[in-house]
Amino acid sequence: MKEFIEGSMAVARGVAVCRPHVVSAYPITPQTHIVEHLSELVADGILDSQFINVESEFGAASVVLGAAAAGGRAFSATTSQGLLLMGEVLYNISGMRLPLVITVANRAVSAPINIWNDHSDAMVFRDAGWIMLFAEDNQEVHDMHIQAYKIGETREISLPVMVNMDGFILTHAYEPVDTISQKDADDFLPPFDPVVKLDVDNPLTMGPLGEPQWYLETRYRIQQAMLEAKPVVKQVAKEFKEKFGRWYGDVIDGYRMDDAEIVYVAMGSICGTIKDTIDELRDKGEKVGLLKIRMFRPFPGEEIIDALKDKQKVIVLEKALSLGASGMLSDEIKAAFYATPHRPEISSTFAGLGGRDISKTSLADLYHKVKGERQDNMFVDLKEELV
Amino acid sequence: MAEQAVKKKKKTKPPVTESLLAPGHRACAGCGEALGAKLVMDAAGPNTYVTTCTGCLEVFSTPYPESAWKMPWIHSLFENSSAVAAGIEAALIAQGRDKDVNIIAQGGDGGTADIGIGCLSGMLERGHNILYVCYDNEAYMNTGVQRSGLTPFDARTSTTPVGKRSMGNQTNKKNLPEIAAAHGIPYSATATVGYPNDVIRKVQKALKIKGPKFLQIHVPCPLGWIHPTDQTIEVAKLAVLTGLIPIFEMEDGKLTRVRKIGKNRKPVEEYLKAQGRFRHLFKGTPEAEAELEKVRQIAEANIEKYGLA
Repeated sequence: MKEFIEGSMAVARGVAVCRPHVVSAYPITPQTHIVEHLSELVADGILDSQFINVESEFGAASVVLGAAAAGGRAFSATTSQGLLLMGEVLYNISGMRLPLVITVANRAVSAPINIWNDHSDAMVFRDAGWIMLFAEDNQEVHDMHIQAYKIGETREISLPVMVNMDGFILTHAYEPVDTISQKDADDFLPPFDPVVKLDVDNPLTMGPLGEPQWYLETRYRIQQAMLEAKPVVKQVAKEFKEKFGRWYGDVIDGYRMDDAEIVYVAMGSICGTIKDTIDELRDKGEKVGLLKIRMFRPFPGEEIIDALKDKQKVIVLEKALSLGASGMLSDEIKAAFYATPHRPEISSTFAGLGGRDISKTSLADLYHKVKGERQDNMFVDLKEELV
Repeated sequence: MAEQAVKKKKKTKPPVTESLLAPGHRACAGCGEALGAKLVMDAAGPNTYVTTCTGCLEVFSTPYPESAWKMPWIHSLFENSSAVAAGIEAALIAQGRDKDVNIIAQGGDGGTADIGIGCLSGMLERGHNILYVCYDNEAYMNTGVQRSGLTPFDARTSTTPVGKRSMGNQTNKKNLPEIAAAHGIPYSATATVGYPNDVIRKVQKALKIKGPKFLQIHVPCPLGWIHPTDQTIEVAKLAVLTGLIPIFEMEDGKLTRVRKIGKNRKPVEEYLKAQGRFRHLFKGTPEAEAELEKVRQIAEANIEKYGLA
């Protein structure tokens, strides 16, 4: 059923049909509407979940960790400082192989305090053992949650999933969303059947001390599970398409890529603006396309190489940067091309940090600049008079 | 004397049962925390979910692939055993698996009173049906005897060393049982491994009460307190008998029961002299005597406040 709803509501509804046993969260802008909507669904008796209001994001992450350890399907949502405060627990959740889902309403990181969108928060945790998905619009983010649970709960994978959506740009935007019915959700997502769980009838120890003779192999196993998650993500996207008819690509997606010579690479909602820009540039005869990265972890290096290897130039447009190095996404794309005989010229560019609007004009200017010469470590729309 | 004691012991020997905290773990000889945890687990019984903070208890009991725990047990992080327990409770309720089970969250004094107090406060305030047990050995023993918020006045620790300008830790123990009680919880109490039957009674009493419960158990650490490993119980008893560790129960915020010292009261020196961490108080200098007087005043204040006389 198509409904005209806010992005946060799209998430809440997408989560609710997954029947989470436990939802726990702490308020932080721009995540709040997601958990407010979920608490309303619980209050109205529509969602039969335990909703736990906690004293901090650290507490929220710990509550959902405990819930998943006890065999429950668990959900939380946060952003920015809240995600950072969860950090210690995020590593713990993946280390314990607990497949829960956390939505991140991506936001800049303080200081200076800034509540607007970029990807600095999520990218901090790219090494934390979480499957990381990025949504472009509210329909995709609605559909992404049921896929996230199905991916993470696949027994061979058993890893947590972080669903990323741009703060405000998606969380607070109203769009028509084709919402998933409970019946369809139940058909698509089986009940959570964990590999291990805390149970008085079958007592076991979780979270033991891993001394040097054991620890390294735990990292190996998580790495293997991460690599095995890639085909699972693809399979689940395919199953979703068969059931619901909607497709966003699996781990990556292309837009007007076939004869493109210069290609933007980006994640999240900016892909929409880039597509419009591409249409306008195409009208003027420019051979330009977009490669959307839908999954950042596990990193889809082979798929990216395959999509970009014959292109002349690549503009990686990033909403985050590793201060003192470069862009996390562009660095990994460059690394992926290390062993290939041919590679495109790659420009790392930073845009939209702290919620700075990225206009079609800026995107088109960037295209023309890159067409002229490589623009590496370039800050789009940098106000020279301020620096 | 010895013969009599043996006879008496035989007479009251409890039936041999398997403890839920199995022997063979790696705790130090004379570890008060290991004894305390064993008492708590056996009092609670096998239908109990247990979460444990990072610390000695977690480290000595679960070096993979070994585990001393015969019940469902989880360790996550240093500061979140109460929040993890809250998540377990919520998931059990949601799955209809919460009938006739106990949930115990536990940790040391650092994991509870310092780094974990936020999660503890949240758990107590939200009304979860969980018993929190704090094993108080009065410093960060797992990392090498650093000061915690529950380290007593004048104690030497590795971060409150004694020196020309220092007589050890210059702060009093944070009153955690009363902080817990101030959350409006139905039961908050203290106990000590010096009186094991009292620990068992309090755990069983607490688990019969619905809602959040808090129990702080005083557990000597021979390594950190510097006393012989066979003196754990004696030292624990002296802490109580000197008035330095008051043993009490608070129900719905009101003091309802205390362990009276009465005529068995001992001077604080007997407790302090039994431990190397207070050795500097017995140098015979005016400074040391002044510090001793401060410790006497702490005992006096406890005795008056809780009516221990």
